[in-house]
Amino acid sequence: MSGWEQTAVTLAVFLPTAGALVIALVPRGRDTTARGLAVFFTGAAVVVGIAILFGFDYGSGTGLQFDLQTKWITSIGAGYHVGLDGISLPLFELTLLTTFLCAVYSLNRMPEGASPKAFLALMLLLETGLLGTFVAFDLALFFVFWELVLIPMYFLIGIWGSGNRQYAAAKFFLFTFFGSVFMLLAFIGLSFQVTPHTFDIQALQQHGNTITHGLQLILFAGMFLGFAVKVPMWPLHTWLPDAHTEAPTVGSVLLAGILLKMGAYGFIRIAFPVLPYAALKWAPYIAVLAVIAIVYASLACLAQRDLKRLIAFSSVGHMGFVMLGIATMTTVGINAAIFGMVAHGVITGMLFFEVGSIYDRYHTRQIADIGGGVLRKMPRLGGALALTAVASLGLPGLAGFWGEVLALFGAYQPGPGLSVGLFRTLMVFGGIGTILTAGYLLWTVQRIDYGVVPERWEKVALPDTTAVEWTAWAPLLVLIVVLGLVPTLVFGITNDAVNGLIGFITGSG
Amino acid sequence: MSIDFHAIAPELFMTGTILLVLVFDAFLPERRKQVTMPVGLLGTIGALIATLTLIGDHTRSTFGGMYVVDQFAVLFKVFFLASAIVVLGLSFRYMQEGRYYQGEYYVLLLSAFLGCLTMPSSRDLIMLFISLELVSAPGFLIAAFRKADPKSNEAGLKYFLIGVLSSAVMLYGMSLIYGVTGTTRLSGIAHALAGQAGDTNIALAAILLVVAGFAFKVSSVPFHFWAPDTYEGAPMPVAAFLSVPSKAAGFAGLLQLMFVAFAPKADFWAPIFAVLSILTMTLGNLVALRQTQVIRLLAYSSVAQAGYMLLPFALVTNGNVDLNHDAFAAAVFYILVYGVMSLGAFAVVIGLAREAPGALIEDYRGLAARAPALAVAMTAFLVSLAGIPPTAGFWGKFVIFQVALDRGDIGPWLAGIMVLNSVISLGYYLGVAREMVLVPSEIERRRPRVPGLVSGLALLGALAVVVIFIYPDLFARFPEGATLVGR
Repeated sequence: MSGWEQTAVTLAVFLPTAGALVIALVPRGRDTTARGLAVFFTGAAVVVGIAILFGFDYGSGTGLQFDLQTKWITSIGAGYHVGLDGISLPLFELTLLTTFLCAVYSLNRMPEGASPKAFLALMLLLETGLLGTFVAFDLALFFVFWELVLIPMYFLIGIWGSGNRQYAAAKFFLFTFFGSVFMLLAFIGLSFQVTPHTFDIQALQQHGNTITHGLQLILFAGMFLGFAVKVPMWPLHTWLPDAHTEAPTVGSVLLAGILLKMGAYGFIRIAFPVLPYAALKWAPYIAVLAVIAIVYASLACLAQRDLKRLIAFSSVGHMGFVMLGIATMTTVGINAAIFGMVAHGVITGMLFFEVGSIYDRYHTRQIADIGGGVLRKMPRLGGALALTAVASLGLPGLAGFWGEVLALFGAYQPGPGLSVGLFRTLMVFGGIGTILTAGYLLWTVQRIDYGVVPERWEKVALPDTTAVEWTAWAPLLVLIVVLGLVPTLVFGITNDAVNGLIGFITGSG
Repeated sequence: MSIDFHAIAPELFMTGTILLVLVFDAFLPERRKQVTMPVGLLGTIGALIATLTLIGDHTRSTFGGMYVVDQFAVLFKVFFLASAIVVLGLSFRYMQEGRYYQGEYYVLLLSAFLGCLTMPSSRDLIMLFISLELVSAPGFLIAAFRKADPKSNEAGLKYFLIGVLSSAVMLYGMSLIYGVTGTTRLSGIAHALAGQAGDTNIALAAILLVVAGFAFKVSSVPFHFWAPDTYEGAPMPVAAFLSVPSKAAGFAGLLQLMFVAFAPKADFWAPIFAVLSILTMTLGNLVALRQTQVIRLLAYSSVAQAGYMLLPFALVTNGNVDLNHDAFAAAVFYILVYGVMSLGAFAVVIGLAREAPGALIEDYRGLAARAPALAVAMTAFLVSLAGIPPTAGFWGKFVIFQVALDRGDIGPWLAGIMVLNSVISLGYYLGVAREMVLVPSEIERRRPRVPGLVSGLALLGALAVVVIFIYPDLFARFPEGATLVGR
């Protein structure tokens, strides 16, 4: 069994890469084969993921499981260290599922443009980067996976995106690259603070309190640039609306569903536990920026006319709740953050699927042009959209509820050393944000779903949800309901690990 | 005085090959002059095998210590011979179809490579000077090989004028060094500079003058401005030669001078290298942003890359053996990686020379649709030059950052400036990739007919860039083992 435990994670991470290579070798014109292969390889990765779910020991507390640690680059001091714990497991599984569903969705809805083969190969390469980020326990390896995401995403947006795709792709690349190079410097600087020099995250956690306070603040600043751009936190979010809006449907789903979580995950996994003092000093600022993001994004959403752009902006707000949860430095807050990430991945991923399908039928994303009546014209698509939208606004009983409400709850009683007054004020503003969020989402549903079908669409035959769409969507819709009803599905995995993490942050800080 | 012939076997092989090519050229009929290339190639392979026999061998010293073959020298020799094979491969069809004087070209090219071979073994100022001139002088000629083209004449002349100027300055500096220290042997200079002789201002001035000579060779600011014009005017394979082997030879010489001969005065010259490095990378990157022609873009990119390679020199501190060794290894590693990715990029440009002789960036529009393999390879080289995973260039930058942050003091600031430069460079590297992949060609273009040898070399290079990324120890072990700067 131990051989399996050591290789399972690596297998899941690199199966998509193997798939990408195989797809690249498929001869020109055999697109159907390529699509089948994409489903096959992402599906195989999901099977490995399910096996991991069954093999995972949920009561073991904080330790790493499915751990593999070997030498990699001795001249640099970087190791190959991958593993899973309660914090990374939900995001790891979410990535596997979402990419698989994207491959299924691509079976008959391929974006127009250059060869579908390249599209699928890039998507699989992207999956490796995403998965790797969530399992890497070595800073150099983490950074490699982190950056691996850039190139495929750049081309996914740039080649298969809509109108303004080149601008959006370049902006995405430059923003994230700019942030991440400073993060790299912080990582290298951090590795020198321990003797012998190491990039191992767990080893560095043990030494967090030995790093001088001044240096901690500087290193945290470097990491902050990298992570905050990715989250994205206000005011570094401006790449997001462009990238998400112009990206092809699958690209948007992966961007919103997984990519944004990398930044927040980085804060939880690296910045907070390794630099506890700096985390305490930075947390109030992060919380303030997070709440500004919540309010700002909901106001921006109220002003959007483009449906996809609206959903994109809503991500900024939802990630604001995640960051607020992290900044409280409490068990509740960080649990809420991870739950919020999973929920947002499921819900917003679903929303982008639906927007993509609406666009495929209407060939417009302008809310005014669609003009309402979707529920009459296509009851199933309209119904799915309504369900996802109310989940997104945080209706109790659906997935979106727990992340938001517990983040606010955490802000009521922030961790030791944080100003209670400030966080309670922020909680109030966050609460106002939830009301505004409910406002714009309900308004959107009203404008899209309800009302009579406009005259121009009356005569046009618009097919309702297809079988392939249902296949790709069903797991997400089920998760939206199940996670809402049984939140312990996620909390049960995360809670022990988060408790251990808080121990690192507060105990050693 | 007995000569160690095994130690100089690669050079002897090369000299023999040069003479052989000369003879072949004299007797071959005009139509069959291209045969000189395979002759030269075989000789180069022979020299490579001769060099490989020296691997792991103990340090050989001959000509009274003037000429030393240690692991540092072997490493660079293997690199030069490998790049010689690549440049010969890139030249074959290009020179044949361009109706150049092929025999003369190969003789001159191989002579320049002979200079490259002697450079890393030269442990004496005079020998260093000879090596440097042996690299440069044939370079002046082959840069101007497109005789009918005024641009090529300009290329040769500019290269020549700046080259001889900097040589003169360097020679003056060397004479001063000899005057102050009483020796031309590198180790002797180090010894003298560590003692009394180092206190004189003349010694410091002389160091600067010598550095100026090599700054020209590696195209560092302010001796860089020949590079873009010369690269553009010269035949493309010559540009590839100037961009990689010639530059690496300059660095091989500079490494020996700085890390051995002038090491005791590091506190004086390291800050100067910091300034040189910053100016070189920043200027190269900023000007590259405005280029519309790929060769000129690669020229400015190679200027910027020289700035990155100069950065480890700025980190050298007198007496800190570990750090100096790491800085040395970082510089060598970057030079090796740079060689792979830059030669690869030139291979793609040369491969497309039939369809796009002007090599304008807009000629490359829609390349991904016409020649997917070449477009992917070129993208890999550009991404690597920018230093982004999953390519070798990332680890190149990584090790430099590592040493810079370890150095402390000015190190982190230099790393910060290099980081900003990487972001700037993304603007033009990604710009070319965008034209190739994202922008469709507005006019109908044919599928390019690429010489098989050239596209093979390009794909091999792309593969190497990825393999080195996955397992950089493969490459990084070489600079670690190079014994020039011990721990």
